[in-house]
Amino acid sequence: MMLRVAVAVGLAFIYIPLIVIVIYAFNSSKILEWPPPGFTTHWFSQAFKDEAAREAFFTSIKAGIAATAIALVLGTLASLAVARQRFFGRETISFLVILPIALPGIVTGVAISNTFTQVLDVPLSLFTVIVGHATFCIVVVYNNAVARLRRLSGSFEEASADLGAHTWQTFRYVTFPGMKSALIAGALLAFALSFDEIIVTNFTIGAGEQTLPIWIFSNLFRPHELPIVNAVAVVMVLISIIPVYLAHRLGGEDAGAPGRGGGGGVETEATAVP
Amino acid sequence: MRSRRGNPARAAWLVLAGLVVVMLAIAGCGGGGSDTTGGGSSDEALQKVGKGEGQLNLISWAGYVEPEWTKPFEQETGCKVSDKEAGTSDEMVELMKTGQYDGVSASGNATARMVAAGTVAPVNTDLVPNYKTVFSDLKDQPYNTFEGVNYGIPHGRGANLLMWNKDDVKPAPDSWDVMFDPKMAAKYKGKISVYDESSYIADAAMYLKFHQPDLGIENPYELNEEQFNAAIDLLKEQQANVGEYWSEAAKQISAFAGGDVTVGTTWQYQYFALKEEGAPMEASPASQGFLPKEGATGWSDTWMIAKDAKHPNCMYEWMNWIISPKANAEVAEYFGEAPAQELACKETKNPNFCKEYHAEEPDFWKRVYYWETPLADCGNGEENCMDYNDWVKAWTSIKG
Amino acid sequence: MASEAVLRRRSAGHRLAGLFHGRRRLQIGALLAGPIGWLVIGYLGSLALLLVAAFWSVDPLSGLTVKEFTLENFEALFNEPVYRTIVWRTIRTALLVTLTDAIIAFPIAFYMAKVASRRGKALLVVGILLPLWSSYLVKVYAWRTLLSAGGAINWALEPIGLHGPGYGTTAVWLVFSYLWLPYMILPIYAGLERIPNSLISASEDLGASPFTTFRRVILPLSFPAVVAGSIFTFSLTLGDYITPRLVSNDQFIGNVIFSNIANNQPFAAALAMVPIVVMIAYLLVARKLGAFEHV
Repeated sequence: MMLRVAVAVGLAFIYIPLIVIVIYAFNSSKILEWPPPGFTTHWFSQAFKDEAAREAFFTSIKAGIAATAIALVLGTLASLAVARQRFFGRETISFLVILPIALPGIVTGVAISNTFTQVLDVPLSLFTVIVGHATFCIVVVYNNAVARLRRLSGSFEEASADLGAHTWQTFRYVTFPGMKSALIAGALLAFALSFDEIIVTNFTIGAGEQTLPIWIFSNLFRPHELPIVNAVAVVMVLISIIPVYLAHRLGGEDAGAPGRGGGGGVETEATAVP
Repeated sequence: MRSRRGNPARAAWLVLAGLVVVMLAIAGCGGGGSDTTGGGSSDEALQKVGKGEGQLNLISWAGYVEPEWTKPFEQETGCKVSDKEAGTSDEMVELMKTGQYDGVSASGNATARMVAAGTVAPVNTDLVPNYKTVFSDLKDQPYNTFEGVNYGIPHGRGANLLMWNKDDVKPAPDSWDVMFDPKMAAKYKGKISVYDESSYIADAAMYLKFHQPDLGIENPYELNEEQFNAAIDLLKEQQANVGEYWSEAAKQISAFAGGDVTVGTTWQYQYFALKEEGAPMEASPASQGFLPKEGATGWSDTWMIAKDAKHPNCMYEWMNWIISPKANAEVAEYFGEAPAQELACKETKNPNFCKEYHAEEPDFWKRVYYWETPLADCGNGEENCMDYNDWVKAWTSIKG
Repeated sequence: MASEAVLRRRSAGHRLAGLFHGRRRLQIGALLAGPIGWLVIGYLGSLALLLVAAFWSVDPLSGLTVKEFTLENFEALFNEPVYRTIVWRTIRTALLVTLTDAIIAFPIAFYMAKVASRRGKALLVVGILLPLWSSYLVKVYAWRTLLSAGGAINWALEPIGLHGPGYGTTAVWLVFSYLWLPYMILPIYAGLERIPNSLISASEDLGASPFTTFRRVILPLSFPAVVAGSIFTFSLTLGDYITPRLVSNDQFIGNVIFSNIANNQPFAAALAMVPIVVMIAYLLVARKLGAFEHV
């Protein structure tokens, strides 16, 4: 009983500010007074018409997809090495991979930006943003992949080799299918991370471009634009229900792997968090 | 269960050791990356304005680059304007170092630094026809002309305002006492709004110049250690009463509108925005027509062109456009500052605008202390004044 | 010969795999070349380049770096009391936020792992993750309006004579706790899931009260997961400068780094060393406590 109360209070804490955002998105007045005077859907239509917002949205999507792709490749490679091999410095990899996300974003952002502009003479652009995002997204994919690989017994791969499959075939027909859902869950989380990132992006983005968080930041204090920002935020949450649900369902699927832990708990790598 | 061979921590230490070794190696070699060479080498102003490049990337103060005058500019020159608003001079200096922008509207506490850092180029005023009719007391000033070379086009000038909510602050103040005098400021504890940059130290110094003349402060930007410390102490006392240190103009607007702050330093831009929303604001010198007793800090801004700008022709077109009579009148009225262009006074919607803003009164501006870069050189032969690094460090310790 | 015919029919991939066969070092090297290259050369190298500037200084007028070895940045850091205040304020807030989030998160995670039905579990996981998708900035700004003098919190509290915290350090603590809560809930949930229900039943069978079961069975087993979650709440609070700026006047480590990064990068680099050192120490402790298996 007490548990249910605690859960309810916690959930209320999580959702009340979000409800406030939704209310303001329908607020008829531009000034954020409380309680809001009227109701309107005007801001949503404005949001769709806003060219800068649309461009920022697509820029964020492009950056997210590219960063996630890079993180997928690098994270999977690293996880295969760590979970299936033994070598000097193996424990360091986990430590190394988490550094970009554990250290302050401003440090990561400035370091990468400096290297590009001062050492490599590469101007800042969407490319440099993608590099920055991929760096801290690796850990999400890596964690999910390692957690899954640890539960998939290595004996399947040995059996495959015994049956005459070479390395790629084993990976393609045995390892990868087992990892697939964990990788998808990791990819979705990595995309979410990249999509909402502001600090590193601030330092690595070029002059003429904006990702969605940068657009939001530049409009957050403009009284005329703020209601549109709220509308955009609400739309983003609604759209994201689908991938979040997918991540959970996929992360929970455990086709063929011997489950660990009694009690029938569904192991969800979707919860191997950013 | 963990069954690790080897010591996990040792591997981590190896990584760190490697990192340190790399760092020391770089330090020992005197640095790998190339630094921007100090200003002055091969600085050549443009000789001829060619065809527009179709794009222009600017850094500006809020309210300086607005559709009202950029849209006609884009139509006439084909230069599409992209503007990055910055809240402080520090931001502007940093952004210019990235080399991604063509021009910047720089105040006096940024111009000297950008010239020294080599991020801006001289301006050939012969290529800017409208420069001829700019007010003469804005030409060849120490903040836009360095060693006899012009580095920019004047944009306009103004004084920082003392603004207050007339429903909450009574009687109407005529002095900066209301923010600096410990007894008076305490009445508005937690409701005071102060500009968040080290240049605000000059406001405290200006206050002390008036109220503690035995300190001998002449120019609030040239302070020796004793004068500097007095200003710092005053600001530390003020900190206890400050509700907000602002750098984004719109953030200050929402704070005043929401009642979180009731008195503070601001620009005309915010004052206009709040009046438009019907907020009960008063400000000096805007509605009062005079400066507070002690004077005010202010700015005289200059459009500067980046060194190796990617779109120099568009930048020259812009510089000529922004001081053309109609555009300069529009921007002056929009933001609320005195225009740089003499002929703009005939184009303003309010026929008395120039008079209200003292655009044609050089004497008025003698009590306005334009933002300047603090240097060790005191200007009176001595070299013991506090420099910009000192100001920035002090500002951090003031805010606490 | 038959075996030669077989050999000739092998695909390129097969032959490449043969190259790797038995050569463990080559396999490991090929797998790790990409990630290590990216992280060590790219990321750590960039960090090193930034941090080495901490031993340099800057010319006050031009803002250009003077690449001569000096310890003046560290001297300033240690001598000026304000930096100690700021560092302690940041660490203290990070610890408080971590503690707060652990307390709020645990019941929710426990309910999700052990009590909820399969549908309920799915709904709750989605429900916890959804707020992560609404923009960080919008959430902080929502709190800013909630906390303002005319905002919803005061509107609700003033009729009963109370007053909201307004802007300030309390607000920062509140907002950080709010923002990072999902990052604490999820690892704890995953960790609790791995505790077999049979252990809990056994504890009850042996006569332990729910509290004792919690204290002596559940908590020790889930502690590494809590530490894993704390890595995020602690590190995200340690480096953030946007939230303190939006809901307070306080200077956190991130704020001073940010305000110095433009005109005094050497000093900013020296400042940046502080959270890096703190964070590395935290990570090493967390790893000792087994958190890295539960991240």
